[in-house]
Amino acid sequence: MNTDRVRILPCGRDGVLVEVADAAQAVALARFARAAQVEAVDVVPGAESVLFDGVGDRSALEGLVARWSPEAAATLGPLVELPTTYDGADLADVADVWGTDVAGVVARHSGIDFVSAFCGFAPGFAYLDGLPDGLAVPRRATPRTRVPAGSVAVAGAWCGVYPGASPGGWQLLGTTDVGLWDEARDEPALLAPGTRVRFVPR
Amino acid sequence: MNGVPPVHWHVEEAGALVTVQDRGRPGLAHLGVPRAGWLDPAAATLANRLLGNQEDCAVLEVSGGGISLRHDGAGRWVSVTGAGCSVKVDGAARGHGAATWLHPGAGLRLGPATRGIRSYLAVGGGVDVEPVLGSRSTDTLAWVGPPQVHTGSVLPVGPVTGAPPGADVATVRRHGPLRVLPGPRLDWFGADVLHDLCTQEYVVSPSSNRVGLRLRGTPLERSRPGELASEGMVLGAVQVPPDGQPVVFLADHPTTGGYPVIAVVLGEDLWSCAQLGPGEPVRFSLG
Repeated sequence: MNTDRVRILPCGRDGVLVEVADAAQAVALARFARAAQVEAVDVVPGAESVLFDGVGDRSALEGLVARWSPEAAATLGPLVELPTTYDGADLADVADVWGTDVAGVVARHSGIDFVSAFCGFAPGFAYLDGLPDGLAVPRRATPRTRVPAGSVAVAGAWCGVYPGASPGGWQLLGTTDVGLWDEARDEPALLAPGTRVRFVPR
Repeated sequence: MNGVPPVHWHVEEAGALVTVQDRGRPGLAHLGVPRAGWLDPAAATLANRLLGNQEDCAVLEVSGGGISLRHDGAGRWVSVTGAGCSVKVDGAARGHGAATWLHPGAGLRLGPATRGIRSYLAVGGGVDVEPVLGSRSTDTLAWVGPPQVHTGSVLPVGPVTGAPPGADVATVRRHGPLRVLPGPRLDWFGADVLHDLCTQEYVVSPSSNRVGLRLRGTPLERSRPGELASEGMVLGAVQVPPDGQPVVFLADHPTTGGYPVIAVVLGEDLWSCAQLGPGEPVRFSLG
């Protein structure tokens, strides 16, 4: 097992932060731990870590992490296809950054198999991992005071879909009307960590 | 309910922030849902015990100016704990930290807090608003949960499950240093950062809220540049933003964050963060 990039850090009396190499490993470890019925109240993947909070038995958790292999392929969740209208206000700007035109942005973005890496910012807001290294885009210099619900956007190496209207500084590519957050559902977040995501132009 | 008429509270005047709170909804942080829940667990659960309620019955967390309400339906016991405030039933003074009877149609008034910040108002049977994702707590970061209590709100009161047990002693609490355990991101700061954190006197900033206790002091200086990759945050995390002024994360904290956490406040001391007001001094110590 390669443990070079796995570091276990203390996080209060009941928390353990496990640092890994990247978002893909974080999702993989979080799903591995859940499948192994880890004794923790919260298992929270981040961009390069997994936080285990409300940990009952610290040494059992460390043993579980030791049994996980960062090289093993992750067992991912279901595939969600999001019908998307590519009508975003920042398509042209993103096309400039990517060195293509609007049609090229749509083709590239809808051709990527994304994986929900972690949630944050708002309930059900998933940071989608999968943009190739060369396609990172800066945030907008001035955030918008209101980004409509369902906006499909990119910033840095991430793609995201705003579950509700909110202020936001990401570059807008388009919109989807699929409900991303519904408190009445058994699984309120459509894009829980580990979910595979594809954007389908319409 | 078996033909028993429902009991309601009609809120006639609500201060700046009155919310329904119970233990909160831990376990959903991976979906970006803050835990929420009462900020001062000892005070809130005492309020319930004084009435013979289950400890996790929902209560009102009252801050910023008190509350007036009218009790509609069969009489109930109520209790007020946490921040000191006047308690009046139909204009007559009642005790703080004790069970008080509210007769049908009674008017209950809690005055603004005179000592501490957050008072807890419990009622026999609990505040029975519809749970959201397993909890009746209102999260003020993303507004998951029941709506904030405003003037004009109508709150259902649940069926009684117990009776006041008689004596339960509210222990006198004093603010001490906030005890912390080090980590996880000490390596983003110089070797003296814990010493710097634990030897200075901070002052509570007026921008403190249910998300975090914001402090002002001599800035803690980072030893390395760059951005931390977003990572999960725990209750009580002492996060240090670029301005070097620490924030202690409370119940409505964001589930992930991008600033380094240098220490975590012990759970037993978080009540203090809930009851310290703007301008009050705060110290940290190694737990």
